[in-house]
Amino acid sequence: MNLVMAAAGAVLFLILAPVIGGLISGVDRVLTARMQSRRGPPVLQPFYDISKLWHKERAFANPVEMILTSGYLVLIALSGAILFSGGDLLLVVFALALSHTFLILAAYAANAPYSTVGAERELIGVMVAEPILILLAAGFFMVTGSFFVSDILADTTSAIVYLPGVFLALFAVLTLKLRKSPFDIATSHHAHQELVKGVTSSLSGRTLAKVELAHWYETIIILAMMLLFFAANPILGIIVVIICYFLEILMDNLFPRVTWKMTVKSLWTITLILGATNIAVLGILGGVIV
Amino acid sequence: MSSAGKSPWLLHYNASSCNGCDIEILAALTPLYDVERFGIINTGNPAHADIFVVTGSVNEQNKEVLKNLYDQIPEPKVVLAVGICASSGGVFRDCYNVSGGVDTIIPVDVYVPGCSVRPEALIEGVVKALGVLEEKRAAVDNGGLR
Repeated sequence: MNLVMAAAGAVLFLILAPVIGGLISGVDRVLTARMQSRRGPPVLQPFYDISKLWHKERAFANPVEMILTSGYLVLIALSGAILFSGGDLLLVVFALALSHTFLILAAYAANAPYSTVGAERELIGVMVAEPILILLAAGFFMVTGSFFVSDILADTTSAIVYLPGVFLALFAVLTLKLRKSPFDIATSHHAHQELVKGVTSSLSGRTLAKVELAHWYETIIILAMMLLFFAANPILGIIVVIICYFLEILMDNLFPRVTWKMTVKSLWTITLILGATNIAVLGILGGVIV
Repeated sequence: MSSAGKSPWLLHYNASSCNGCDIEILAALTPLYDVERFGIINTGNPAHADIFVVTGSVNEQNKEVLKNLYDQIPEPKVVLAVGICASSGGVFRDCYNVSGGVDTIIPVDVYVPGCSVRPEALIEGVVKALGVLEEKRAAVDNGGLR
């Protein structure tokens, strides 16, 4: 029965995540437009974009981009499938990190100046976001005594009680993970110049569509990780995640020009102070609480 | 309308324009006109673009750049000549270094005259270009342009 549930979770994720992720992205764009007193595009705009990209001529700076972007998409989907089938949280984090490596390689493959800068900044992004994801897995283990999502969900007390610092640090990194801010990091979804979206600057048509699709998957994965903190009270969790996402859009519009240097400094500081301290306090209080 | 017409991404290139038409293009992106209503995004990257918006009378210095950018845009693509200089060379037509309009270098699909172009005219030009884009997309899907 457990195996059936796990498979169902994974399959549902693979099918529904692009749909929900795309809708979130559309609502995001409409809300952003309203905050800037514009009308904004239709909610289904991201789907039109993907469909349009799919029908474009295939043009490559380097044909290997096809394989690398497919690898990026498949690994992100795999990471989410493991998460939603109740699998190992560490595997989820590592698959996510590996998927970004594929994206970085795709950007380097073009051998173009802007792509290279974009790839380097994507590396910085991974470097900034990865510590908190590792801390998150470690924190869940200390609280529940297991890395498995199925065990974490079965816990009677929500992990947020023990891990408020880790949650806040994850919320801070969410800005980076949703590609909102900093404006000049690898692929902010505002394309105004070559450096912004540098990582995708040499991708076009289908390869770009795959990167976009992977981004929707990743959005769902990160939001699901936030939901994990509220295992005992999913309704409250969904409300908190919606509030967090709204705050994210608000921040995106309030701080349009955060640079990558500021990001590294601020996010590492937050991770260290909130995340690591939280874990340390848990350790002092007695480590694994079962 | 297929998704081609619902998601036009612009690449804007200034081929020695006086910047009059360019700020009108940027005005179309502001909340007053908000072209994102039609799904239009100003990408600044030929690899992502569908519609190539050119301003200014092309000259000897930048005709190579213009040709390069045009070649880098994947099919289906539409070229929009914005302003009278881009359409025909305008008052600079007979200058020794001016080619005289975008269509002397690359094929143009829609001409938007004006000095400078008004945002309303520009938006109408883009909407007209969408029709052309739809036709080209159908051609690409049927294997005509690959």
